[in-house]
Amino acid sequence: MTAAGEAPRIGVYVCDCGFNILGAIDVPEVVRYAGGLEGVVLAKEYKYMCSDPGQDLIKKDIREQRLNRVVVASCTPTLHERTFRRVVSEAGLNPFLFNMVNVREGVAWVTEDKARATEKAKALIRAGVRRVALQEPLEARSEPVNPNVLVIGGGIAGMHAALSLANANSGAKVHLVEREPSIGGNMARFDKTFPTLDCASCILTPKMTEVKIHPNIHLHSYAEVVSVEGYVGNFDVTIEHKPRYVNEDLCIGCLKCVEACVYRDARFPNAFDLGLAKRKPIYIPFPQAVPTKVLIDPMDCLYLKLGKCKKTCVDACEKGAIDFAQAAVRAQVKVGTIIVATGFKPFDARRKPQYGYGTLPNVFTALEMERFLSPTGPTEGVPSLKDGSLPRKVGIIHCVGSRDRNTNEYCSKVCCMYSLKLAHLIRERTGAEVYDFYIDMRTPGKGYEEFHEKLLAEGLKVIRGRVAEVTTSALTREEKGHLIIRVEDTLAGFVRRIPVDMVVLSVGLEPQSDTQQLRRMLNLSCGREGFLQELHPKLAPVSTATDGIYIAGACQGPKDIPETVAQAGSAAAEALALVHRGTVEVQPYTAVVDEAVCSGCQVCVGMCPYDAITYDADKGVVHVLEVKCKGCGVCAAACPSSAIDQKHFRNAFVLAEVAGVI
Amino acid sequence: MALAVEKSEASTASWEPRIVAFFCNWCTYAAADLAGISRVKYSPNMRMVRVMCSGRIDPSFVLEAFRSGADGVLIGGCNPGDCHYKEGNYKTMRRAMLLSQMLQDLGIEKERFRLEWICASCARELQTTVNKMADDLRRLGPLDWKGV
Repeated sequence: MTAAGEAPRIGVYVCDCGFNILGAIDVPEVVRYAGGLEGVVLAKEYKYMCSDPGQDLIKKDIREQRLNRVVVASCTPTLHERTFRRVVSEAGLNPFLFNMVNVREGVAWVTEDKARATEKAKALIRAGVRRVALQEPLEARSEPVNPNVLVIGGGIAGMHAALSLANANSGAKVHLVEREPSIGGNMARFDKTFPTLDCASCILTPKMTEVKIHPNIHLHSYAEVVSVEGYVGNFDVTIEHKPRYVNEDLCIGCLKCVEACVYRDARFPNAFDLGLAKRKPIYIPFPQAVPTKVLIDPMDCLYLKLGKCKKTCVDACEKGAIDFAQAAVRAQVKVGTIIVATGFKPFDARRKPQYGYGTLPNVFTALEMERFLSPTGPTEGVPSLKDGSLPRKVGIIHCVGSRDRNTNEYCSKVCCMYSLKLAHLIRERTGAEVYDFYIDMRTPGKGYEEFHEKLLAEGLKVIRGRVAEVTTSALTREEKGHLIIRVEDTLAGFVRRIPVDMVVLSVGLEPQSDTQQLRRMLNLSCGREGFLQELHPKLAPVSTATDGIYIAGACQGPKDIPETVAQAGSAAAEALALVHRGTVEVQPYTAVVDEAVCSGCQVCVGMCPYDAITYDADKGVVHVLEVKCKGCGVCAAACPSSAIDQKHFRNAFVLAEVAGVI
Repeated sequence: MALAVEKSEASTASWEPRIVAFFCNWCTYAAADLAGISRVKYSPNMRMVRVMCSGRIDPSFVLEAFRSGADGVLIGGCNPGDCHYKEGNYKTMRRAMLLSQMLQDLGIEKERFRLEWICASCARELQTTVNKMADDLRRLGPLDWKGV
């Protein structure tokens, strides 16, 4: 008997999923078995249960066969539970009288032996049938979605997502948080982009300005998200603004203060230029920085460090914007959805000491080379050697920290293409002969292979083989005074020593070093390599396991600019879909108290992480505040008298399932 | 140990252990989904029961599983600090420690009850855990516990 007192009339549908399930499980046998289970009035097999005819089959049976319970044995509930709940409710059945049995991800795809897979599928269906017989009708709750969106990270991904959201004019405000003093991310460091060789600044700067002036975007630069509480539709976010020691509202970016600084020469390494160029204690990170506001580094400024300085900057500022008393300020914002676009970290080339980065002169990383090639970089676009002369031979080493068992096993995807781009630019600017040392040349993408062909036609020398080392110990007179690249040329079949003047290391892309903290704060998960994990690699590439939080760009894995922008647009669309709908359905898996059984011991009160349980002293029992309850069921497991239970996961349901699987 | 050897000898060659696995929706169940998508094969002895949080697992579920004929019970939850419900897994951890002690007092070997933190991207870890547990149980033989 079901809870409502009627006899269960259960329909069981086993999906073939093409050959996915049919090939691994004896489906007809499973169907025959399911048909004989208690309460089951019909059991059917169908090619694709999720298809329209499959759905119609269920609806028809509910109506004609008066089914009051439905079990579908197919893929994982995370994929299609919603689909089938909708199907049964369209046929007039409460959606919570449906149960999904996972025989694809849970059986067919993970079991080698067909007989044992069939046996396991039978057990899971038996458990599912026993469970569904007990299930009770429930109503899903709906909660409003705050239209505002938080975008974390102001690189190309974050900017594009923020602009897509802001341009929708949906009434949503976008809070874009960037921890550096300027937005722009790594793309702002590049000179040109592959394969079109269009100038990165020319396509990026207008976007940066648009972000700044857009009425629907609130830019929080030089700020970090310190805490995120809440759930889809209702997140409470705390943003900490780091002190610039310059009033952002007053500063007009005239840079008179920078000129006036008591330090006449720039002598502190500029982080934007990776320390290759110098700046003063008061500075602007790069000429096109947005916002165009100066900031003071408290570690370098004499007044902030020692309390003693003539403070010439203060006198120079007509606006009176300099404020040494500034402190970190925290701001609270409420948002409904979050897009994470925190980007990547370049591989630290010091971890491959055989390539001499940090120990040999004129060995640079690719990102450093980007700065050398930039007209606003330390060498104003012409890479030169430490002694100021131009290199005559340059070696570019691919896969530094990629496809390597000792560092990262994955391919960083963008390095082949950016190496080709750097080769072209170095040759164009210095006239040097460029050698590319590669393992495999990977150039999939629109116009990418053509770019590779173009470089070969330009006379780029390519040598296939992983470089063993970069050394200065010369064996011949010609090698003397050069960096010697030792490599096994795997096409020619012998070891070569190639003397060059400059080495560029094509470093791979790694997750940001604080990804783990971010992941914890947002309740996301990371893949094996440490990049943020998407919900589904193919069908939900920008969604995460946490509803309302989306990911875009290189924080999810190495990718180039076009792909990053596409993902950012997709994440914005996902967020907008929620904003547009305005409400979010919350699963009604909340806790319920049987007041007749509750002894008022209050063990559960301390267990609840959401303060959703209160004690009613008059009645001597506890109450559950449904709006606060998130449905974890921790209280139900703790109750010594089984007075608290969890809807849809009642003790009886779980135990029926346990008895069924055995 | 002597008892275990005796048991396995007494059992037939075709005997396979039955493992009831309680997995939290957010981490370990997701790991099982990923194992499926990645075609990571593991022993079919393990049968999953999904709960929203490992903190939902009442110790009586475990006892009931053993009493109904399970040879082993596996609980899978999120790594400490990663719980979708803030701290449910810490509660699981404390309960499991007490429960494990109690089960041993009841004569149920330690290897028959395991709590593992298996993250959403840990398909390989899931495979290793399940296969190892199935091997351990094959060595121990059937439990055949009638309850207290």
